[in-house]
Amino acid sequence: MSSHDTSDTTTTSPALVALAWALVGIPLAYGLWQTLVKASALFTG
Amino acid sequence: MSRLDKSAIVAGPGYSRWLIPPAALAVHLSIGQVYAFSVFKNSLVESFDTSLTAIGWVFSIAIVMLGLSAAVLGTWVERSGPRKAMLASALCWGLGFMVGSAGIATGQLWLLYLGYGVIGGIGLGIGYISPVSTLIKWFPDRPGLATGMAIMGFGGGALIASPLSNKLMAVYDPDFVSTEPGAVASASALASTFVTLGIVYTVFMLIGAALVRVPPGHGDDSTAEHSPGTNGALVRASKAIRTPQFWFLWVVLFCNVTAGIGILEQAAPMIQDFFREGGDSSVTAAAAGGFVGVLSLANMLGRFVWSSLSDRIGRKPTYVMYLGVGLVLYLLLALFGSSSTFVFVALAVVIISYYGGGFATVPAYLKDLFGTLEVGAIHGRLLTAWAAAGVAGPLIVNGILDTVGEPGNLVAADYRPALLTMVGVLAIGFVANLMIKPVSEDHFDHDAHAANEDRISTRKEAVR
Repeated sequence: MSSHDTSDTTTTSPALVALAWALVGIPLAYGLWQTLVKASALFTG
Repeated sequence: MSRLDKSAIVAGPGYSRWLIPPAALAVHLSIGQVYAFSVFKNSLVESFDTSLTAIGWVFSIAIVMLGLSAAVLGTWVERSGPRKAMLASALCWGLGFMVGSAGIATGQLWLLYLGYGVIGGIGLGIGYISPVSTLIKWFPDRPGLATGMAIMGFGGGALIASPLSNKLMAVYDPDFVSTEPGAVASASALASTFVTLGIVYTVFMLIGAALVRVPPGHGDDSTAEHSPGTNGALVRASKAIRTPQFWFLWVVLFCNVTAGIGILEQAAPMIQDFFREGGDSSVTAAAAGGFVGVLSLANMLGRFVWSSLSDRIGRKPTYVMYLGVGLVLYLLLALFGSSSTFVFVALAVVIISYYGGGFATVPAYLKDLFGTLEVGAIHGRLLTAWAAAGVAGPLIVNGILDTVGEPGNLVAADYRPALLTMVGVLAIGFVANLMIKPVSEDHFDHDAHAANEDRISTRKEAVR
């Protein structure tokens, strides 16, 4: 294990972490949804 | 430029390591667009009045450049740190779109090759490896989970880019309806779409570059405390490529990717051919398109799920699963795939999830073998296996299928020789994985190793 603190104890604002995840999560969710819609054709098409 | 250096981006006390995966994802979601390049194919063929093969070269050049730039620039990325690398990647990727757009607008295909293929491809290679070593250093306890999250983004990027590009083309060319078979967008709409994507991706990647930090103590490689491999190994990239372990792993990655491409390359015509009787297939074109979507999801989720699992069961057993179980599944697909669409889809889904998992787990495997000293640079060199498989996979499958006819007009039995060939390819990878043993001490960087040991004991004493 390294010397640096890589544990989950943090002083970073949870809002910043949430914002960062939203920034990548929202486009990814859009892509997943669009793909699920397309994939549904396998079962209905 | 000093604000970009590794020493300038050392995290302060308490900086959350959970900001690093989104930073990595911002890059990987952007460069993952490359796997959605096919949405432009019809429009580009029409725009340049050329063949599908000539347009296909754009993607091939980009993937080859990805492998080459990752291999050649891996050491630079490792030494410069993730922020400088992400910035370079963002600029190359954005510039690639701009130059490509100029090529489309002026009807100069060579500019598209140079822009998207060469410049963009360099951005792909730098971007792909830029966060990997940093993630492993932030998550020494769960390297598979950390790299799995980022590399999942590469799969996810295509899921975003495909519908987004279709929407942009429709905005710039109101006559373009992506759902109509053979729909093509105008050259000006294509050029505008490229410019828009270039700007959006550059901004998105720069946000990732702004967020990323290296862990405390990692501002200078010569004084950083590195996580050694499982047997205490700390090996430099120049030495790693002289070890049998590196080349066995190269073969493992090559075989895993080659076998996956065997299905991915022909997915839509393949499912229709497997269920063809008397000339007609019971699987519609829409359902075949849905199958491609299902495989994209399996590819993406496999990257995260299997790579995370490897933290628990170990890297070697995980590749035993990818290659050994994958081999059996491929065999079942060849022999019984046509028995029902459920069986066919279920087998293909697991096989493609293993394909994705193979990409995502390999950085953690390298960390176990060589330690974190130059793991990013070693990973870059290993990615030449991907570039090679990207050429070999389609060559093998298309070469075999060409002898029996054209995909889209075949039956299940016609695929058997190609699928059984892939069983053989996976068997070679399986054996190569079994041959991987811990790296000999002869290859360790003894100076770095001794200095690292000193730093670890000093820290332990300080803690007491």
